[in-house]
Amino acid sequence: MSAASLPPAIEIHALRKEFGEKVAVADLTLRVERGEVFGFLGPNGAGKTTAVKMLLGLIHPTAGEGQLLGAPLGDNYRRARVGFLPEHFRFHDWLTATEFLTLHGNLYHMPHDVTDRRVPELLELVGLSPHAGKRLRAFSKGMLQRIGLAQALLNDPQLVILDEPTSGLDPVGRRLVRDIIREQREQGTTVFLNSHLLSEVEITCDRVAFIKQGEILRTSQLQTLVEGELTVEVRARNLRPEIIAGLSHWSQNVRADGEHLSLTLTSESDLPLINRYLVEGGVDVYALRPQHLSLEDLFIQVVGTDGGL
Amino acid sequence: MTTLVIARLTFREAARRKILLAALLLGIVFLTIYGFGFHYVNVELNRSGSSPGPLERNEIRNFLLMAGLYVVNFLTVMMAVLTSVDTLSGEIASGTIHTLVSKPLRRWEIVLGKWLGFTGMLTLYLLLMAGGVIGLVYLISGYSAPHTSQGFVLMWLNGVLLLGVSLFGGAMFSTLANGVMVFGLYGIAFLGGWIEQIGSFIQNQTAVNIGIISSLIIPSEALWKRAAFEMESPLVRALGFSPFSAPTVPSPVMVGYAVVYAIVALILAIWQFSRRDL
Repeated sequence: MSAASLPPAIEIHALRKEFGEKVAVADLTLRVERGEVFGFLGPNGAGKTTAVKMLLGLIHPTAGEGQLLGAPLGDNYRRARVGFLPEHFRFHDWLTATEFLTLHGNLYHMPHDVTDRRVPELLELVGLSPHAGKRLRAFSKGMLQRIGLAQALLNDPQLVILDEPTSGLDPVGRRLVRDIIREQREQGTTVFLNSHLLSEVEITCDRVAFIKQGEILRTSQLQTLVEGELTVEVRARNLRPEIIAGLSHWSQNVRADGEHLSLTLTSESDLPLINRYLVEGGVDVYALRPQHLSLEDLFIQVVGTDGGL
Repeated sequence: MTTLVIARLTFREAARRKILLAALLLGIVFLTIYGFGFHYVNVELNRSGSSPGPLERNEIRNFLLMAGLYVVNFLTVMMAVLTSVDTLSGEIASGTIHTLVSKPLRRWEIVLGKWLGFTGMLTLYLLLMAGGVIGLVYLISGYSAPHTSQGFVLMWLNGVLLLGVSLFGGAMFSTLANGVMVFGLYGIAFLGGWIEQIGSFIQNQTAVNIGIISSLIIPSEALWKRAAFEMESPLVRALGFSPFSAPTVPSPVMVGYAVVYAIVALILAIWQFSRRDL
């Protein structure tokens, strides 16, 4: 079967969760295709972890329905094809790294010979081979995160769900997560990344959804974000008013302040045209700096600055 | 299959956390003290000639045996509760449960696996302790009590029953609240047992009924009384009174009730754990 004919990795409709009076997730509708690296963004307390737990059947939804890899949420056997790294990396710390992975191999119903082969492979992948016989109790937070990742990839999953995989980690740990996500994407695995660390998401994800107070506010392709709207800062002399007025041909949003000029464009291809227009109009251009809207700008724009409080 | 993986994990955790070692070492200390104590009493019994007579000597041996088993029964209950009181609530609170439950397994397999692991542990513990007491008495004096296997099974059931209650509490409450609940129930059973015993002695039916009601709330003390009744000497049975049992012996119906109680507690633990949000 080709990837296109497979059911989507995640498809949820009107998912809702109330804890007593509190609505953790209000109305979540989402579709994640196979092979996508999907970023689930939102401020703390937006309902991201609750949503992830509902996907995995850890929390029973109050209302709504959904499918994971084509099977209803909470389907036991479908979870054999899903890998999950929970938020706080808390594991049975009296086990050694090898014992821990072997246990989870058993829980995935992997045959013994496969477990025996996969466990050292994964320890190698996350750089923990020298600590294979060490108990998890002696592990640092970064090492626990690595062993958690190894656990989530043990079964060659079709879908990996990572809940805040890099929060509180040093740059080396973050780099590792990023590299692993990239590798998974190349293998065609779907990755669902729950994060509030935007720089991570910006680097790794294909598509993002913004969630606030348990609702999705917007879903965007990161590619269109990169190619889309940009602001241009210009420093120039001899900026005559009629030249500035002529810029309205490309931009509705032009601000001039002495030698400084800023305008927003919808397409990068306008840049050389504007440059030529300015030069031919006798303007001395000292600098022309295009700046894309960062994910952070978009986040603030969509979610607001109140942090969902 | 997954159930067995979890059972093995439970066992391994107890071993890694030195629970098994502590239980084994203290068990050996207990049996050593018990063996020496019994030995010196037995030497005295054999030396004192015609008084007490051979019949009374066995009464004293039976009394000491019952005293030993009474403590073993208590320790087994403690073992069953203390090992399991934190197992579900603790894993839920720390979050270690998340990596387990997100695996391709059903939640009942986790609860049943843990139950099997703890039941295995308490069976071994009881075999060591009750087997040790009964064996020491036999080796030192040649005395063996009647119906020790029935007594053993009833004490085992007592441990399993409280294990089920503790697992249910762990699926429902925090560790601390669970501990308060299980020991609170155990206290009710203990108190009810004494009220019943004294009520029966002074022939007050209301007091006896209070005892029966407490046995219905939790039949753990009733199981011990039945176990003691099975194993005590024919003379004590005829007299109908000893510090370790009561003149009103819990009926086989009460034993049946306890079996059902233990099974229902396990089912409720599974049901509660399956429905709750983690």
